[in-house]
Amino acid sequence: MALLDIEGLSVRFQTSSGLFAAVEDVDIRVDRGEVWSIVGESGSGKSVSMLATMGLLPWTAQVTADKMAFDGQDLQHLSARERRRIVGGEMSMIFQEPMTSLNPCFTVGTQIDEMIKQHKGGNRKERRERALDLLAQVGIPDPARRIKAYPHQLSGGMSQRVMIAMAISCDPRLLIADEPTTALDVTIQAQILELLLTLQEETGMALILITHDMGVVAETAKNVIVQYAGRQVEKQEVKSLFANPRHPYTEALLSALPERAMGQDRLPTIPGVVPGQHDRPTGCLFNPRCQYVTEHCRQVEPVAAPGDPARTLCHYPLGNPGDAATPDDVSPRDASPGDAPPVSRDPHATQPEVRP
Amino acid sequence: MAREAALTAASRPRVTSQTSNMLRFLLVKLAQLVPTFIGVTIVAFAFIRLLPGDPILLMAGERGISAARYAELQAQFGFDRPLVVQYWDFLKGLLQGDLGDSLVTHAPVTGEFFSRFPATLELSLFALAFAVIIGLPAGVLAATRRGKLLDHTVVGVSLTGYSMPIFWWGLLLIMFFSGTLGWTPVSGRISFMYFIDSVTGFMTIDTLLAGDWDAFLSALHHLILPGIVLGTIPLAVIARQTRSSMLEVLGEDYVRTARAKGLSNFRVIMVHTLRNALISVVTVIGLQVGLLLAGAILTETIFSWPGIGKWMIDAISRRDYPSVQGGLVLIAFIVMIVNLLVDVAYGVINPRIRH
Repeated sequence: MALLDIEGLSVRFQTSSGLFAAVEDVDIRVDRGEVWSIVGESGSGKSVSMLATMGLLPWTAQVTADKMAFDGQDLQHLSARERRRIVGGEMSMIFQEPMTSLNPCFTVGTQIDEMIKQHKGGNRKERRERALDLLAQVGIPDPARRIKAYPHQLSGGMSQRVMIAMAISCDPRLLIADEPTTALDVTIQAQILELLLTLQEETGMALILITHDMGVVAETAKNVIVQYAGRQVEKQEVKSLFANPRHPYTEALLSALPERAMGQDRLPTIPGVVPGQHDRPTGCLFNPRCQYVTEHCRQVEPVAAPGDPARTLCHYPLGNPGDAATPDDVSPRDASPGDAPPVSRDPHATQPEVRP
Repeated sequence: MAREAALTAASRPRVTSQTSNMLRFLLVKLAQLVPTFIGVTIVAFAFIRLLPGDPILLMAGERGISAARYAELQAQFGFDRPLVVQYWDFLKGLLQGDLGDSLVTHAPVTGEFFSRFPATLELSLFALAFAVIIGLPAGVLAATRRGKLLDHTVVGVSLTGYSMPIFWWGLLLIMFFSGTLGWTPVSGRISFMYFIDSVTGFMTIDTLLAGDWDAFLSALHHLILPGIVLGTIPLAVIARQTRSSMLEVLGEDYVRTARAKGLSNFRVIMVHTLRNALISVVTVIGLQVGLLLAGAILTETIFSWPGIGKWMIDAISRRDYPSVQGGLVLIAFIVMIVNLLVDVAYGVINPRIRH
């Protein structure tokens, strides 16, 4: 049984001009101790899908899923009280903006203590000991002094360390890190990622890292989900993703990495932006920005080929499906890999078959 | 050893610097009050003299007064001197704590003021308590049920309350509760049946000190209607401010963090959200004190409440120069001190200011 098992997750927001689908049909299956990364540009629904999992979206959001289970417990049908036992305790989350994620009115110690009290209990002295241990564990110098500090007295990196200390305070089995390094400067970014990975190894918790940085993905994750405009367009093991991207979007993201653009005059970019509520194209959502686009792409919405282990959401996936490697997350929807028809790398070479 | 000494030396000023920071904060605030206070004295002095009418002619009444007697009285009260000299005298007396004597009662203005002030203070505190006790929860509930019926009700009612002219609202309530229903008395602080020695000047406390339960109920009975009338506008302001401040804080990242910690909804709202929302609400509550003292003038007149509001109105209509200018200065001084206390309270509840 997977630790986190989500199938067909959709999130729609009630807006003044009707429903907006921020996330559609996303599947995530994370086993114990696995490190996953969800990658995509801003507006691709990475954070929203994880916030939906945590139950942290505002009331304007409608969350639906075929399956949404944590350790076999159906998250959709738990009472609010039961759900709060999981959220924060067994499944915790850190956020993009550490400076605003801590409550300015309470000391660091109070905020960590509150979480331990909520999920683990214990007397005041024990909880304080635990908080001091945690602060030391996340690399905060002089924890005895820092525990009395208010958030505004901490730097961004320190705040994120406190957030991490708080998130791991109740020994969660899954930690979701929502762009934990985006707001930090580069030298601190590496330290925080290093810390997250060390903690993951030490505690054996599963880690989902949301990022828009392919470099971070390469350094940290074992498995990657690529999301675009709320859709999950590709899912692969990290090495294989970098070697054989199946979706043109993944390929475009990878070629925008500076180290892959050596010898070129300009860093390749993906023209345009992620479509929002009002400029959704017909057919494939990526078609206006795709270099391989055909008329077919503009008209027909793609579905993942039944035999594609990467579950590529594209009419003309790149490379061979056999090259794609996915983690052991064969959900009942997947057919066995290998019986998929070989698809040509160049969509213009052969006339594609229309898959409705 | 040397390093240790350096360390203790380095850690020692930290403590003192925090207290001296607070002291400096207070001194700066106090210094800022000085120009305001001087401005107030000028306005108070000029205001009553700008009104048409003459205190001596008003005292003489319809019988009139001879020119010689008029000049004599003018000289006696010092009104024949240039205004600048009169103002200077007023300022000099003020610095010595002497606001002069009332032209009507010939008693010192300070004594007249402070013998009536407890009545106004009691009424204002009751009104403020009423406004906070109802307004704060109403604002919190409206924010947590945004867009629902309760929210619209709170917003609608508080807008109505805010726009309500106090005198008209007071008369309406008197007509309904005192007239039609006969539930509350129309005027005064306590029934004529009771004679209570003034200890604190607060009728509710004095009756309790005297151990007279019936008198206490009577005092409370008299307090309710004027308290509600005076508290209506502050109530509306506090409810609206609480609501908008709560809504703002509810959208903050740290509230999401609190939810992500698995805390109960009650704790997220009452601890993490309200604590931050209170920072701006406390400022607004402090600002209501000035409004209450101003509102007290109307409310006390409507309910014949023997406080400084009613006293000021009487003094103005008799052109009792020393009473009006002295009363204004004292009221302004009290409002300024309260605002200073609010600034300090602001520092206490907001760690970003304190540290």
